[in-house]
Amino acid sequence: MSTKDTQMGADAPLPVLLPFRIEPTRLGAPRLAPVHALLFGAGLALLAGSAWAQADNAQLPPLEVIVKWAPLLLSGFAFNILISMIAMAIGTGAGLGVGLGMISENPLLARVCWALTQFFRNAPWLVLLFFVMFLVPFQVTIFGVQIPLPDWVKATVGFSLPVMANVAEIVRGAVRSVPSTQWEAAESLAFTPRQTMWRIILPQCVKRMLPPWMNLYSLVTMATVQASIVGVSEMLTLTAQVHTAEGGRPELFAPLYGFALFCFFLYCYPIDRFTARLERRFHIR
Amino acid sequence: MAVATAPKPWTPDQPIVQLIDVHKYFGALEVLKGVSFDVKKGEVICIIGPSGSGKSTLIRCINALVPVTSGTIRVEGIEVADPNLDKLALRRKVGMVFQQYNLFPHKTALQNVMMAPIHVLHQDKREVEERARALMKKVRLVGKEDSYPGELSGGQQQRVAIARSLAMRPDVMLFDEVTAALDPETVKEVLVTIRELAEDGMTCLLVTHEMNFARDVADHIYFTDRGVIVEHGPPATFFSDPSDPRTREFLSQVL
Repeated sequence: MSTKDTQMGADAPLPVLLPFRIEPTRLGAPRLAPVHALLFGAGLALLAGSAWAQADNAQLPPLEVIVKWAPLLLSGFAFNILISMIAMAIGTGAGLGVGLGMISENPLLARVCWALTQFFRNAPWLVLLFFVMFLVPFQVTIFGVQIPLPDWVKATVGFSLPVMANVAEIVRGAVRSVPSTQWEAAESLAFTPRQTMWRIILPQCVKRMLPPWMNLYSLVTMATVQASIVGVSEMLTLTAQVHTAEGGRPELFAPLYGFALFCFFLYCYPIDRFTARLERRFHIR
Repeated sequence: MAVATAPKPWTPDQPIVQLIDVHKYFGALEVLKGVSFDVKKGEVICIIGPSGSGKSTLIRCINALVPVTSGTIRVEGIEVADPNLDKLALRRKVGMVFQQYNLFPHKTALQNVMMAPIHVLHQDKREVEERARALMKKVRLVGKEDSYPGELSGGQQQRVAIARSLAMRPDVMLFDEVTAALDPETVKEVLVTIRELAEDGMTCLLVTHEMNFARDVADHIYFTDRGVIVEHGPPATFFSDPSDPRTREFLSQVL
C-alpha cells in the first residue's frame, strides 16, 4: 500500500484530483491454475483409494467405477449444459423484452414489467421450478397436434423465469447508464425512439451487460442440478442412480459426487475468470 | 385536417427561423419570458449572455428538444410548437451540435457521420459514404475516418459532430456552446470550421462565449439576460456602442 502511495505521488502531481476508485481486493493470490485441478483430482483419487482399501476386493475400485460410468455421467452433464443454455437463451430473449418494457413510456406496460421482474427475481429458483413442473401439463394440444412436454422442457422453462427477471434488471440498468445526451444527439438527428434504442443505446449496453450476463449464466448452470429434485435425468440424478447400481457402497459416495463437482467446477471456473477479465478491461476503457 | 392546418408554403424571402413571444417554464421557473426574433436564410446570428439566461433552452426549443410553454416558433413554415408536430421532418431541416460533442462511442468517426442519412433518410449507402468522406475532408479530418471517438481529441470530436450534423443536409445549424468544453488551442480549429460553414451560406444560430468570434462572423447579435432579449444589433454597433447597462456590464466583464 505504501509503495503504491509513493508511486502515485510520483506519477501525478495532484493525486487529490484523480477520480476516486475502489481498488479491487485480491485475497492473497486466489488464482487457480490447471495444477490445482490436478491436485483436486489426485485428492479425490486418494480419498477414493483409501476408502476402497477398506472395502471388499471383489468389487470395482472407485476410480474404475467412475471410468466405467463416465460416459453416462458426462452425457448427464451435457444435459445440464443443454438445459442451462436453452434456459439462458429463452430468459435472455424474454428478459430483454421485459427490461425494455420496464423503461417504456407506456406506464401500464412499465408497471407490469416491473412487477414481473420483482416477482421472479425475489422468488427462490427451486420454488419456481416446482411451480412450473406441477402447473404445466405433460402435453399440450395445439390445433389438434399433441405436443408432449417432457420434464426437462418444463424444468428449462422453470429456470428461464428467474433468468428473465435477472436479465431484465441487467438490461434496465445498462440502458439507464447510457448518458441522456446520447438520446438528445440521436433525437436531433431525426432518429425515432425505436431506432435510437436499437441502433445507438443497446449496442453501447452490450459491453456493460456482458459481465453480469455471464455471471448469471454460471449461476444458472450450477442451478440446473436442482432439476434432479423433480426427476430430470441430469448429472446429479444419474450420479445417484449409478451409486445405487453399484450397490450403494458408502466408499463410492465421495468419488462419484466429487466427479460431479469437478465437472461443474471445470466448466464454470473459466467462465468466471473470463468474466473477471472482461470487467477489468471494460473498466479501463 | 392536414390540409386545413397546412401553412402557406415557405419561400426563401421569408424568415427561415421565426420566434414570436416564446415562453418556457421549468416548473414554476420562467426561463424564457417572451422571446421574439427572425433569422433570414444565410444569416449567422450569435446569442450571448450570462450563464442561466436561457440561451441553451432557447436554441433547444428551435429543434423541439425542449417543448415551449407558449408562443410560436416557425422553421421554414413548420410550426414547432404545434402538438402534432412532425418532429422528424423538423429535425431533418435543423442540425444541432452540442457542447459535449455526444458522438456515438461505439461507431467510428465515419460511421457516426453516415448513420443518420442511411437509417433516417434511407439514402444509398455508397452515395452517403462518398458524401461522408467529403465532409470529413471539409472538417479537415482526413485519415481519422476509422478512429473511434474515444481516440480523438475534443476538437476533432467536435468537428466530427459538425460533419455528422451536416451529413443530413440541414438548412439551419444550431450550435450550443460548442467550444465551451474545448482546450483553448483546439477552440480555433472548430471555429474555423464554423466560419467556413457560415461563408458557404449556411444559416447558423450560435450560443457562444467567444466574443471575438461572434464579432467576426455574426450578422446579428442577440444579448439575453434572465429570459429576455435585452439588446440586439449588428456586431459593429453592438460591441462598440451598447445601450443597455446590463449589456455594458456583461461586455466589460468578458471583453
